[in-house]
Amino acid sequence: MKDLEHLLREHPFASGLPSAALSLLVGCASNVQYEPGEYLFRTGEPADRFFILRHGEVAVEVYAAGRGRITIETAGEGDVLGWSWLVPPHRWLFDGRAITLTRAIALDGACLRAKCEANHDLGYELLKRVTHVMAERLTSARLQVLDLYGDGSGDVV
Amino acid sequence: MTSGASPMLPVPYRVQRRRQESHDTFTLELSRSGSAPGLEFAPGQFNMLYAFGAGEVPISISGDPARPDVIAHTTRVVGGVTRVLSRLRRGGTVGLRGPFGNGWPLEQSRGRDVVIVAGGIGLAPLRALLYALTANRGRFARIALVYGARTPEDVLFGAELERWRTSADVEIAVTVDRATESWAGRVGVVTALLRRLSFDPANAVGMICGPEVMMRYAAAELLSRGVAPDSIFLSIERNMKCAVGHCGHCLFGPLFICRDGPVFPYERVETTLRVAEL
Repeated sequence: MKDLEHLLREHPFASGLPSAALSLLVGCASNVQYEPGEYLFRTGEPADRFFILRHGEVAVEVYAAGRGRITIETAGEGDVLGWSWLVPPHRWLFDGRAITLTRAIALDGACLRAKCEANHDLGYELLKRVTHVMAERLTSARLQVLDLYGDGSGDVV
Repeated sequence: MTSGASPMLPVPYRVQRRRQESHDTFTLELSRSGSAPGLEFAPGQFNMLYAFGAGEVPISISGDPARPDVIAHTTRVVGGVTRVLSRLRRGGTVGLRGPFGNGWPLEQSRGRDVVIVAGGIGLAPLRALLYALTANRGRFARIALVYGARTPEDVLFGAELERWRTSADVEIAVTVDRATESWAGRVGVVTALLRRLSFDPANAVGMICGPEVMMRYAAAELLSRGVAPDSIFLSIERNMKCAVGHCGHCLFGPLFICRDGPVFPYERVETTLRVAEL
């Protein structure tokens, strides 16, 4: 069975991280598993961790009265889920629900923030990686808002 | 290049079958009458379809290249001509000129991973490609289709996608821009799926068709994965009129889309794609 350090090193988020930084990360990490339908996080709850997805699919949802649950995006193997742990007031802004059996590494936000404050090299390295994730999500959200496949694109040749 | 004596002369075709693919998208399967020869075409080529009394539009061929006797076109109702075409039923007549343009680089893809990226109705010309790829499955390494649609109800060719997935060893990932809780599939943009896709960038060919914005981002994602610019191909859409490079309606910088394309290597159109007005 692979240990947490091994699992983290294999994930794109931690790929290439110096060993010392990886060890610090492992100190805040735990293995988690969710059955289909189980929530990883709920809107408004304390965002005390984020998830490095190893297996499965998670729907990021928002509930709208009269419309039910609306899926904003799905995240899967190789993705990182959650940045609210880094941004005050550290509360989840959406729901995260496992669509399929989901295995992930949960990283404790408070633990990581404390380590980043104490070790700015680690903090900067993590910030670069989380910013990259946030940039990808922002670009995706912008493209979705464009409604590119909607009316008006004309006959495709 | 064309079914008629002159490339400007439409040939009458009969509607053999009409299929509603989604609320605004339909497929017409056309055949010539009697013992007239079929229409040989390459995946990626297009025809000019003439709806009598309404006008002519360029529409990609979405059918099986191995069946030149049945020419399928899949399109959305987006204007007057496509609206008239959508009202045609079995036995109806349409004028056809074609096939025009080049096709997807099948020969160049031999022995390589083929990564296909489709957005919306852009799956139509790629469907013809998938027929050709799966008919010669052993010639290619990994074949993957990443397909983005607006909603689950807009996903096209669902049965065929499933058949290719199960019996032709095609990896298929579908995502939609928005969905309600009844959709168990993925939500998000195709670029997010491309990031997760496993393939060999050094030995991959990318083929993309969809809205230009989506194609730019999909091409950028393939480039960032390490696919060479000359191994990424885009099908460009413009206002084709004559379809033979005379009228200039489809000029795209120095290129005639109808004659030089519609399929181009990314490196040939990269700069022009960034120009706001052409």
